Amino acid sequence: MASQRGLFGTSLARKYWMALTGLFLITFLVIHLLGNLSIIFGTGEDFNAYAAFMTSFPPIKIVSYLLYASIVLHAVDGIVLARQNMAARPVNYGSYNGAANAGWASRNMALLGIFTLLFILVHMKSFWYEMHFGELGLDANGNKDLFTLTVTAFDQVWYTAFYVIAMIALGFHLWHGFQSAFQTMGWTHPTYTPIVQFVGRAFAVVVCGAFALIPLYVLISPNV
Amino acid sequence: MNLTLKVWRQKSAQDAGKFETYQVSDISPDMSFLEMMDVLNEQLISKGTESVVFDHDCREGICGMCSMFINGEAHGPDRGVTTCQLHMRKFKDGDTITVEPWRAKAFPVVRDLMVDRSAFDRVIQAGGYISVNTMGNLPDANATPIEKHDADAAFDAATCIGCGACVATCKNASAMLFVSAKVSQFALLPQGQVEATDRVRNMVQQMDLEGFGNCTNTGACEVECPKGISIENIARMNREYLKASITA
Repeated sequence: MASQRGLFGTSLARKYWMALTGLFLITFLVIHLLGNLSIIFGTGEDFNAYAAFMTSFPPIKIVSYLLYASIVLHAVDGIVLARQNMAARPVNYGSYNGAANAGWASRNMALLGIFTLLFILVHMKSFWYEMHFGELGLDANGNKDLFTLTVTAFDQVWYTAFYVIAMIALGFHLWHGFQSAFQTMGWTHPTYTPIVQFVGRAFAVVVCGAFALIPLYVLISPNV
Repeated sequence: MNLTLKVWRQKSAQDAGKFETYQVSDISPDMSFLEMMDVLNEQLISKGTESVVFDHDCREGICGMCSMFINGEAHGPDRGVTTCQLHMRKFKDGDTITVEPWRAKAFPVVRDLMVDRSAFDRVIQAGGYISVNTMGNLPDANATPIEKHDADAAFDAATCIGCGACVATCKNASAMLFVSAKVSQFALLPQGQVEATDRVRNMVQQMDLEGFGNCTNTGACEVECPKGISIENIARMNREYLKASITA
């Protein structure tokens, strides 16, 4: 594996794939969040219409397969990279002051990533699987009633707590990952790189914060 | 100053190795860290025990030999210095100081604090040069105009002394800062651009073969680099390799 060249197998190539799949998954987060916000700002029927659109509109279905492939590639590639990194230092330091020269998020990307993957699996079982293959009732417009399932799930304190913790982990993952992807692709520039870093960190806080607020809103609000 | 030292002792590459604790006293705050190690060694020799083996050469911060991991950091707590430039005034009287060798699969321990860094030499041999016969008939260096910004960036990359602090400090034991500096010093200049495609591919291939880790872009390497080599070089190597892989 290590003796390969080109766009597969080498350390740099593996990182390109991590960066590209990561950036694609980031764009998906925006679309996902916009739909989720209908839980707060819309009605249950709006949310169900969004869910029906996302699972039936053909171009989105095609992109969704690209999305599943990206999640798998990002996770598998990440695990391979993490294993190689551990193998590169077979004997650990007796004393290692990692905090002296690097941020916490950047030093824990694999851990944060594995937790995020665990979250995605639970999340997809709870909603994606039920939407595609489960027995859901229909709402007034004849759409599958994903809204009731969602609200019922988030009214459980432990379930909402798990979501909030997962979003904090994802936030740290993106805090480093967003700008790291640009560095990996070599897209750096004295003027634009600080902007990319700021946007990446703002994105991590705002998007993950908004994702975490929705289950909290459902839990706390008496109306939903 | 009186200090307690926890020093890594390892008889050979095969030996498991362990920390030994030593006391040193009357250390001047003006001593360099290596001079303090000399005091320890004289003390050990006078007792008839084996001295601590460590690499050192110029003792003026330019050779890159003194490879010590001190209190969890490459070349100790100071910034922009090698171990010989680290002064004892950076520590307090009564401190316990942990001293270890660089730790990486690609840098096997030879003995005590000395590691084998020939993996770096093999990366250079894979492409860190230009294939030009420099025997006579050379054109005037100033006949090829080079933009000031590029000339400066190439020079900055070329100040890398190959000490291995980047590998030692990286949580993944990655050699990206070293290799990217060596790629950059040629990639920025017209003489190096002729062989740029093969150079970056061969050097990255050799870097992987040596068993260095991958780059997580933590930026720890540029913080610990005694020569202040920037991770902008890593971005440049990423661009160079991507370009080479697509066009070659």
